[in-house]
Amino acid sequence: MSDPVVLTKKDFSSDQEVRWCPGCGDYSVLTALQLLMPDLGVRPENQVFVSGIGCSSRFPYYMNTYGIHSIHGRAPAFATGVAVARPDLDVWVITGDGDGLSIGGNHLIHALRRNVNFTILLFNNQIYGLTKGQYSPTSEIGKVTKSSPFGSLDYPFNPLSVAIGAEATFVARTHDLDRKHMQEVFRRAHEHKGAAFVEIYQNCNVFNDGAFDHITSKDKRPDMLVQLHHGEPVVFGADNQYGVRLNEYGEAEVVNVAEVGTDALLVHDEARHDPTVAFALSRLAETPTSPTPMGVLRAVSRPTYEAEVQSQLGAAQANRGPGDLRALLESGGVWDVV
Amino acid sequence: MTDSGGIGQYTLQTVAGSAQGKRGHVTDTTSATRRPESLERVVIRFAGDSGDGMQLVGDRFTDVSAAFGNDLATLPNYPAEIRAPAGTIAGVSSFQVHIADFDIVTPGDVPNLLVAMNPAALKANVADLPPGAAIIANTDAFEPRNLEKAGYHSNPLDDDTLSAFTVYPVPMTSITVEATRETGAKPRDAERSKNFFALGLITWMYTRPTEGIVEWIDERFAKNAMVRDANMAAFKAGYHFGETAEIFETPFEVHPATLPPGRYRNISGNVALAYGLIAAGQQSKLPILYASYPITPASDILHELSKHKNFGVRTMQAEDEIAAISVAIGGAFAGQLGVTATSGPGVDLKAEALGLALSLELPLVLVDVQRGGPSTGLPTKTEQADLLLAMYGRHGEAPLPIVAAYSPSHCFDAAFEGVRIALKYRTPVIVLTDGYLANGSEPWLFPNVDELPDISVPFTTEANHLNEDGSTEFWPYVRDETTLARPWAIPGTPGLMHRIGGIEKQDGTGNVNYDPANHELMVHLRAEKIAGIARDIPPVVVDDPTGDADVLVLGWGSTWGAIKAASRRVRAADRKVATANLVHLNPFPANLGEVFARYPKVLIPEMNLGQLSRLVRAEYLVDAKSLTKVSGLPFRAAEIEARILEMMNV
Repeated sequence: MSDPVVLTKKDFSSDQEVRWCPGCGDYSVLTALQLLMPDLGVRPENQVFVSGIGCSSRFPYYMNTYGIHSIHGRAPAFATGVAVARPDLDVWVITGDGDGLSIGGNHLIHALRRNVNFTILLFNNQIYGLTKGQYSPTSEIGKVTKSSPFGSLDYPFNPLSVAIGAEATFVARTHDLDRKHMQEVFRRAHEHKGAAFVEIYQNCNVFNDGAFDHITSKDKRPDMLVQLHHGEPVVFGADNQYGVRLNEYGEAEVVNVAEVGTDALLVHDEARHDPTVAFALSRLAETPTSPTPMGVLRAVSRPTYEAEVQSQLGAAQANRGPGDLRALLESGGVWDVV
Repeated sequence: MTDSGGIGQYTLQTVAGSAQGKRGHVTDTTSATRRPESLERVVIRFAGDSGDGMQLVGDRFTDVSAAFGNDLATLPNYPAEIRAPAGTIAGVSSFQVHIADFDIVTPGDVPNLLVAMNPAALKANVADLPPGAAIIANTDAFEPRNLEKAGYHSNPLDDDTLSAFTVYPVPMTSITVEATRETGAKPRDAERSKNFFALGLITWMYTRPTEGIVEWIDERFAKNAMVRDANMAAFKAGYHFGETAEIFETPFEVHPATLPPGRYRNISGNVALAYGLIAAGQQSKLPILYASYPITPASDILHELSKHKNFGVRTMQAEDEIAAISVAIGGAFAGQLGVTATSGPGVDLKAEALGLALSLELPLVLVDVQRGGPSTGLPTKTEQADLLLAMYGRHGEAPLPIVAAYSPSHCFDAAFEGVRIALKYRTPVIVLTDGYLANGSEPWLFPNVDELPDISVPFTTEANHLNEDGSTEFWPYVRDETTLARPWAIPGTPGLMHRIGGIEKQDGTGNVNYDPANHELMVHLRAEKIAGIARDIPPVVVDDPTGDADVLVLGWGSTWGAIKAASRRVRAADRKVATANLVHLNPFPANLGEVFARYPKVLIPEMNLGQLSRLVRAEYLVDAKSLTKVSGLPFRAAEIEARILEMMNV
């Protein structure tokens, strides 16, 4: 049923006061998505936002949609239940680097490999904010925090590499200082049929301020953000003077276009079924201090989990007819006592 | 004699007297008419290596006895290891079946007949046999290596070790190999059919019809003709051996039981539970979303449900226990019947999500098929030690209803009741069964589908709060006055969008709220909601034929059968005892306090260290005595009988 009423940001905003710290990157993500929702042509009642625990996981409270603020790390599992039960709904998972990659790492990777049809927005601020500043699984090694006064010893995860390794069909990255870019990535993720994984570099101005300044501040972006465009050579820099090519080992490396020539550059193919090149791209920057890929790394097609679930149900009903409880109870041999 | 019972049983030992002294040789008595002798009941235990197929033989014997019309109860008992070292005590697997011509309630205290496929099987089980019991031993397996593995220094078949029993030595392996020669099976493969030889022999001994087994072998092994033929040949060889070898004086028969009229089938607890869920799905008009993680002894529920997708049952093998319950809760939020099942270790893992479901006030059923604990404990053995876990195993004040099944077929009713309460009160419900119920089986007078109640609840489709300015909105925590249940408004419903979470929420609006008075109110409301379910469950029924017994034996879960059998024994000796069984453990039935007031002495047998007795002592200030057993095996009726008599100062 088409609805002639044009929806606005207000239709997707709840009446709850937003309670993130002033200056938090989460605000801009929330605004970007609330502004985008009317453009997606969806109804608020058909949206379900599911989150875990952490600052970003308060997100569902601010969306005028259905929502579950669940328990730490388990949002992908709750969301899987919603999606399997109701393939007609749009399901969004809101998580963070601690929620999604530490306590909930298991659910994240399994949701990705199953290709459940939902969009996962992972707010990566490389710190535990809600518990007031401990290192997270994406914090750089040596990070000095309250729980690591002599520097953290844990080697960090690269969220995109994790997602690609977990057989994700859609993997992208964006950051909280570029609303247009966020919206474009969110739109693509929402359009994708299957599990769409989006890492958002998000600034925690209280406990990890400026973690991404090296690459996301306005003056650094041209030389530090490698914008990926499907079907085009991977180039960046104010004058597109830099590019990315695969070296003899299949590793992605930054090159000077003038030195190697345009033909040597990697032509981005997000639809490539084999994840090797996407993985190589995800490894381009070890930490967000060197040229970092942004945009869609991977977008391939594979049947969604819930579609396959539905198809088995349909096949069972086609083959055996709808369930007959009486026949079920009488199956396997009965006898009468008179 | 340890297995009397005053119920006129006539066991093998009566016959054994005449069979004495025939050990090892064939009698020259040729009885032209080998008319079967009638027994009221018999308890048979098949025991062998875990690779010997004892569970399969037990299942077949059970099915054919059920179809014949006996009442029966079974007790499978097997090691946690898939294949423990062959020939060792640790690797022994057994299956006990109790068949009778009257209604029985336990798998029998002690076997009248033990089929021992090797020395380890004998060693592991002989202590359970009463004097005079019969043993059929596979003599081929009693060779030095196996004897040593079982810890025998000499062959018990040749010395005085078994003098209290009647031993029938039968070279099962070699006869099986001989009998299967024509099938082309190699001797090593042919040996594997020896369980069918044993089945054939016992089928003859107890005058079971053979057609059911023959058909089953045909169907089951249709894809492998050689295996089919070998098993068939072994089965027939066993049957004919009984008939012709004349080691056995006469066969026995156990007539069909006189059970209440109706249509019966045989059913195990896990299958009954799966059927109960399917029935509840149909009667609530909700698709089931069942998610679980494989765990013994609950996995068969997943196996069974996953066969029935044509009922709209969505089954999901989740990545872990936490995901399983989370998926089920997600399904409930989206408007389906969310169910998960597990055993003790899984309940530990699910605790946090269970608390969330309780706080979200969404319907959910969690089945705990209890096994021996703590930790990994005894995965394949039974216990009832999760009652307090179900009751209190969550942080904060987190009450939820608990329903317990008391027999394999009652798992159907317990599952159905669990769903009914979950839906009506929007709460997670724990359904407790145990390993004994899950794997045990019994004939079941299954319900007429037309008589199952409608347990559907409506989804909320309208706003439920009127603002001062005349506008309306939806508040997710406005409660029904009677049940205190909150509305269930599912995604896709226009105008009712709402967000719920684990943070304390304001009464009514459901908004995040940290106000002290509100938390106090919400904690009390959640407790009152669960306590109020007492008005909606049947009173506990006391079985006290004369109405003036002094001792009340109160049970819950699978101890029901042993308590009932014990009470029959006590009453058969003209003594008075009352029994009662709790299906609802939280809240307790409303009349339980009055019941306690009527009996000066209360005994609570439990397969734990006294968990229900703690609850009732705390709740009712009753000086309930506890009888505990934590051996991984169900109570024997005799154990409870002895304690009842002790309490009567007999």
